[in-house]
Amino acid sequence: MPAVSKGDGMRGLAVFISDIRNCKSKEAEIKRINKELANIRSKFKGDKALDGYSKKKYVCKLLFIFLLGHDIDFGHMEAVNLLSSNKYTEKQIGYLFISVLVNSNSELIRLINNAIKNDLSSRNPTFMCLALHCIANVGSREMAEAFAGEIPRILVAGDTMDSVKQSAALCLLRLYRTSPDLVLMGEWTSRVVHLLNDQHMGVVTAAISLITCLSQKNPEEFKTCVSLAVSRLSRIVSSASTDLQDYTYYFVPAPWLSCKLLRLLQCYPPPEDGAVKGRLVECLETILNKAQEPPKSKKVQHSNAKNAILFEAIALIIHYDSEPNLLVRACNQLGQFLQHRETNLRYLALESMCTLASSEFSHEAVKTHIETVINALKTERDVSVRQRAADLLYAMCDRSNAKQIVAEMLSYLETADYSIREEMVLKVAILAEKYAVDYSWYVDTILNLIRIAGDYVSEEVWYRVIQIVINRDDVQGYAAKTVFEALQAPACHENMVKVGGYILGEFGNLIAGDPRSSPLVQFNLLHSKFHLCSVPTRALLLSAYIKFINLFPETKPTIQEVLRCDSQIRNSDVELQQRAVEYLKLSSIASTDVLATVLEEMPPFPERESSILAKLKKKKGPGAVSGNELEEGKREGGELNGAGERPGDSSAIGASNASTPSPSADLLGLRSAAPVSAAPPSAGSLLVDVFSEAGPAAPAAGANDDGFLSSAPPSVVSEDPAPPLPESDELLNKFVCKNNGVLFENQLLQIGVKSEYRQNLGRMYLFYGNKTSVQFVNFTTTVSCPGELQSQLNVQLKPVDPLVEGGAQVQQVINIECLTVFSDAPLLNIKFRYGGALQNLTLKLPVAINKFFQPTEMSSHDFFQRWKQLSQPQQEAQKIFKANHAMDTEVLKAKLLGLGTALLEKVDPNPDNFVCAGVIQTKAQQVGCLLRLEPNAQAQPGEQMYRLTLRSSKDTVAKRLCELLAEQF
Amino acid sequence: MHTVPFSGKTRLAKWYMQFDDDEKQKLIEEVHAVVTVRDAKHTNFVEVHGSSVHCLKHLLFFLNFKIIYRRYAGLYFCICVDVTDNNLAYLEGIHNFVEVLNEYFHNVCELDLVFNFYKVYTVVDEMFLAGEIRETSQTKVLKQLLMLQSLE
Repeated sequence: MPAVSKGDGMRGLAVFISDIRNCKSKEAEIKRINKELANIRSKFKGDKALDGYSKKKYVCKLLFIFLLGHDIDFGHMEAVNLLSSNKYTEKQIGYLFISVLVNSNSELIRLINNAIKNDLSSRNPTFMCLALHCIANVGSREMAEAFAGEIPRILVAGDTMDSVKQSAALCLLRLYRTSPDLVLMGEWTSRVVHLLNDQHMGVVTAAISLITCLSQKNPEEFKTCVSLAVSRLSRIVSSASTDLQDYTYYFVPAPWLSCKLLRLLQCYPPPEDGAVKGRLVECLETILNKAQEPPKSKKVQHSNAKNAILFEAIALIIHYDSEPNLLVRACNQLGQFLQHRETNLRYLALESMCTLASSEFSHEAVKTHIETVINALKTERDVSVRQRAADLLYAMCDRSNAKQIVAEMLSYLETADYSIREEMVLKVAILAEKYAVDYSWYVDTILNLIRIAGDYVSEEVWYRVIQIVINRDDVQGYAAKTVFEALQAPACHENMVKVGGYILGEFGNLIAGDPRSSPLVQFNLLHSKFHLCSVPTRALLLSAYIKFINLFPETKPTIQEVLRCDSQIRNSDVELQQRAVEYLKLSSIASTDVLATVLEEMPPFPERESSILAKLKKKKGPGAVSGNELEEGKREGGELNGAGERPGDSSAIGASNASTPSPSADLLGLRSAAPVSAAPPSAGSLLVDVFSEAGPAAPAAGANDDGFLSSAPPSVVSEDPAPPLPESDELLNKFVCKNNGVLFENQLLQIGVKSEYRQNLGRMYLFYGNKTSVQFVNFTTTVSCPGELQSQLNVQLKPVDPLVEGGAQVQQVINIECLTVFSDAPLLNIKFRYGGALQNLTLKLPVAINKFFQPTEMSSHDFFQRWKQLSQPQQEAQKIFKANHAMDTEVLKAKLLGLGTALLEKVDPNPDNFVCAGVIQTKAQQVGCLLRLEPNAQAQPGEQMYRLTLRSSKDTVAKRLCELLAEQF
Repeated sequence: MHTVPFSGKTRLAKWYMQFDDDEKQKLIEEVHAVVTVRDAKHTNFVEVHGSSVHCLKHLLFFLNFKIIYRRYAGLYFCICVDVTDNNLAYLEGIHNFVEVLNEYFHNVCELDLVFNFYKVYTVVDEMFLAGEIRETSQTKVLKQLLMLQSLE
């Protein structure tokens, strides 16, 4: 086979490239390039017409210069001229130059399109391919407008050469991706599916990418591809290793095509036709069997190709999630890979097992590999492998192994890479809380977390530990002791000081009996950290001090002296100064009784159990709920997963933010912290009211009207589905910008949700956790789509086990298909018997139209052009509203990203504004949406406003999105 | 698949998404930075994490894409694909491409790619188009390349 010699064909080019390579410095290179540019310019401008060869050579030189990173501002016309040459080499250089250098706004586009059109109709396969490759590489809208009609014809025409078909299929794919609205479905679509049967494997390989993309967007229209794909796959899988000749790669028949076929099948549910399904299961079994056979070659290419197919097959098995036998076999196979000497395989096995862990059929099988995975976390050299191991541990965690896994993750945190610490911290905190049975374990875990990785512990994490300690009196003494010990460390993290200050201020008395932690020792310990802390922490410590005066009268003189000193009472920080002055005054004028009332121990944080009773009482009038029940509600307030009141603020006087919450880190999806400005005067603001109205905080029951409600008590339950809980809309709002979290929780049941969306399809996993030790029987769930929602959304519920053991969690899969735009959410009704009593509750499923967003990147120019096109009044929806949360740019960005749109940078001339673009994918249509959010960040806190504008090609969509979003900021 | 091979000093870059020239340069630098620090004991796959990427837009990009690479002598061949794509299939896709280059240029070396950069684009287009695999048979690709070579 003749080899290509260096730079053959164009000597001048080779000389030039050599010259550049020989340049000793950047300056010399620039000088040489400038000389060449001047030369080319003069040739192009000269009177003498250049022949094709020279033109080709100079254009190629320009291209080379451009690829070195220099700007090229001429030569385009000469390149376009080359397109109409009859010589392949000249045409090729012309097309290459245009693909690399011509942007879509060029005025030359008309000329270029003309040349492409000529080549497409030339019937010369080489020229047709060049033209198609150019379209596929540029993929501009102008080209889509010009050729989106023509290319499908070329693709399905009977007399088109195979190589042209390959190029046409992928060219069409590119146009469909960039301008889906311009590629119209039609008669060609049914014929495209049959390309899966084509004799030429190359055609099938190219066409399947197109078919997969089209199927994702229009599954119904392309569903005939399932049986064709299965039979093609079956033919490949059952062929001997040499049957496919050219398409056998290191003894593996058509590995890439096999992967693509398996990937295509993942766009669909398992085949309904028994024969097709049987054939497919057979294929999957064969693939799993082959993995056990001895390798036909020792080369890594052989095993990679074979395993590429295997992993794709496993992905399909997991996607179906319906064949327990295959799932367990897949798990065992991956288990073997966990110990393989190839790092790639270990990595991929961990990754794949992570998804297996969430299947009810294979969860237990995955758990058997815990030791290997822990070992991977400790010994793998590649951080990305360790990260996967940590992910898998998280995924396989349940009550039975939580302590072991949390301990391993904590010890890993000590040496973990900075890049993954924050995520690890969050995972540990979530697991510790989720599976805490023993609260001293929980407290130890979180304090360890702060000790090991304090910088990465977000506010939510330490707020939570305080809430839980306050709400559970059995752990308070232990917490005080532990935190006191932790504070002994010479260097301890500021978050530890915060937790320490808070807990000792509340419960220091529980350990004061021990002379080693006498009141003064405690105070001195806290105060020794004071000077190293930031203002918010100091403010918190001052509140702890005044609490000390109440708890331990003997510390009063010492503390008063501290408060009185200039560095406190004349502190330049207003907040600190105010606290020092007020606390000093309070401690000197108030009687012990008043002091004791004002500085009483924090009441338990309001919990939903208590709030439901309050709400019920309000609805039914007094007397509907007996005092006993109320009492009970209050006592049960010690529930772990309480509402998200913020202990951090409870010690803050005045409206200034002692700390700003970061909602993005919303733990477990608990209701994110109430914003400071809008917080109801609840127990938390006790100290604020000190001087106006001395008195203990309102009882927890009445304090939190907007908290969660539990299911209605048995007396009001009937067999009909209950009406949706009053707060279900609020619950829904939590999930507008995120997909995972806790959907609902009461004292019996916790419902977690995890969801993923692709195109117009969604899959939601609901996890029903029985929080009691008694089994739930007759556990049934139904989903209903009231009213017109029925025709807008297709919701399919997979069956769920009717028996939920105490402490167990069951999973339910819901498939969602968005048929057209919608605004209501489907209703989820849950019924079960708990100790004989029927529980009946209805929630809204967190599915909103924005879940089907596909982000769209576009330039500033395009954005405003489209913005203007959507200028009819009904296409726009606008809302001006008060900021509910602090205007933190990063948080805003995270939310807008969570919305599902693309966040466009440098598009809006005002850098404070945010603009986003996306396309909502429904089965019936695609709806483009543009969003603009304008904050007035300069305004005073409390007066900050947003203006939110949405424009979309469908009026109801803009309005609905506007409503959804206005609640988010 | 969305971007194709580059090496230490970029010898070839191919893009299947819209970026302006500055962004392309920055992305190449970021890919280069994460890939070249890895050794043979590491996987051939990189999912780039938040803290190593500074520009939000790139972060978004890397949230959705991963890098699959393979080193041949001093040359890294990297492709950036959707995070859900099949790692091993693309890893072997790179190798298949390199074997074709090797055959076509007769023991390919970095200089061949420099002097024949315009031909390398043709090889890429024969094997990958619109970021997808177009042809996997080495025999077919080489036959087509030799046919083109014979044309004037």
